[in-house]
Amino acid sequence: MSETARVSLTLNGEPRTVEIGAGRTLLDTLRWELDLTGTKECCAAGECGACTVYLDGEAVNSCLVLAAEADGREVTTIEGLGSGGRLSRLQEAFLETGAIQCGFCIPGMVVAADALLRETPRPTLDEVLQGLSGNLCRCGGYTRICAAVLRAAGAADVTG
Amino acid sequence: MRPFSYVPAASLEEAVGVLARHGDEAHLLAGGTSFVLLLQQGLVDPGVVVGLSSVPGLNTIERDGAGQLRIGAMATLGRIEGDPLVRDALPCLSEVVGRVATVRIRNQATIGGNLAHADPAQDPPPILLALDAVVEAIGPSGRRTIPLDSFFVDVFETALAPGEILTAVRVAAPSPAIRFATVKFLPRTVDDFATVTVAVRIDPSPDGRVADLRIALGAVAPVPLRAVAAENAIRGHVPDEALLAGAAELARDAVDPFDDVRGSADYKREMTRVWTLRALRRALAPSERVA
Ligand code: FES
Ligand code: FES
Repeated sequence: MSETARVSLTLNGEPRTVEIGAGRTLLDTLRWELDLTGTKECCAAGECGACTVYLDGEAVNSCLVLAAEADGREVTTIEGLGSGGRLSRLQEAFLETGAIQCGFCIPGMVVAADALLRETPRPTLDEVLQGLSGNLCRCGGYTRICAAVLRAAGAADVTG
Repeated sequence: MRPFSYVPAASLEEAVGVLARHGDEAHLLAGGTSFVLLLQQGLVDPGVVVGLSSVPGLNTIERDGAGQLRIGAMATLGRIEGDPLVRDALPCLSEVVGRVATVRIRNQATIGGNLAHADPAQDPPPILLALDAVVEAIGPSGRRTIPLDSFFVDVFETALAPGEILTAVRVAAPSPAIRFATVKFLPRTVDDFATVTVAVRIDPSPDGRVADLRIALGAVAPVPLRAVAAENAIRGHVPDEALLAGAAELARDAVDPFDDVRGSADYKREMTRVWTLRALRRALAPSERVA
């Protein structure tokens, strides 16, 4: 047994391997070892959603996951959405709606909203609120963030 | 945090062996939503962490021959919420786990971790107490079952012996005549821990009496608990408003909450009375949709 863990994962579709201390979180490992700084750290306590990533296709708070537990699994971060250098429809909708203020919460919001839309492609506003519950925006931009998600889902423009 | 070694267990036997070898130095890791926080706050300081996510089949949800539902310890709350067997046999449980925290926490937190952590503010224990759930455990001296009713010992303390691992929770599917009502009172935000949770189960008899019942409470004592005196006040009687009001007062007298950001102890006692009464009313009149 050793105090470092060797973690081989599929990260945004590419195989990657890192050696890290067994106590490191997935969030830390993404940001500091794998140079993917799109995923943000805010509360580091599972309360704000800024660190949301996909782990085996399910959205989780990466600040509450030990990176060692991601061994052999698939991780998708904000950098892995969209394709061929182009933004996803959802990301476009965030821009079009003016949902982004300082932007700090946005990667977590987008991944959480992406997960919601995979499950519920045409959500109601209430379902968007439920799906993004626990994703905090310190700029208070919730109205436009919800509007962006609804817009990406093809709903009529609801921004005032 | 001092450095520790991480052992992804390939089997329960391996996990039991590592726990036995390392004693107090070893800590189990289930979903991690509580453990990683405890680790970062220095509230646990393990030398060895044994991961259970690598044990095959530990998250299985199945119906056994006796019609009981067996939920593997590593089943996440999100998976339990959406599982067709659970939705069919125990919609009340699906509903409760679907209200825990946020979708991301539910994707990660497991039922085994939830119970073994024994944080009294967790949502699943009251409904599982109302269902007479039993937990299965494996340890150095073999396998055994523990009724959930005697599982919670104190804050963060359970009846699990050192080196024992909770492997599943088992629940008999209730007959369709049995009625449930659950409430989670959240005066702050929807993803918060509750100020009080109540689960009521009513087994009606054809003559209008309550043949049997459970009233279980969470977040208002060092352990999730049944309000036994309140149950006794109703059992065998035809319920009316006065009887329910009296039982709700007995539930209030049974709890021992502490002051925190979710309310003072006095407030939580009073809210226990209010929400027990509402849950009883709702379980007895299912058409009535109270809060
Ligand atoms: S940084 Fe992970 S939830 Fe806030
Ligand atoms: S845009 Fe600033 S935190 Fe949400």
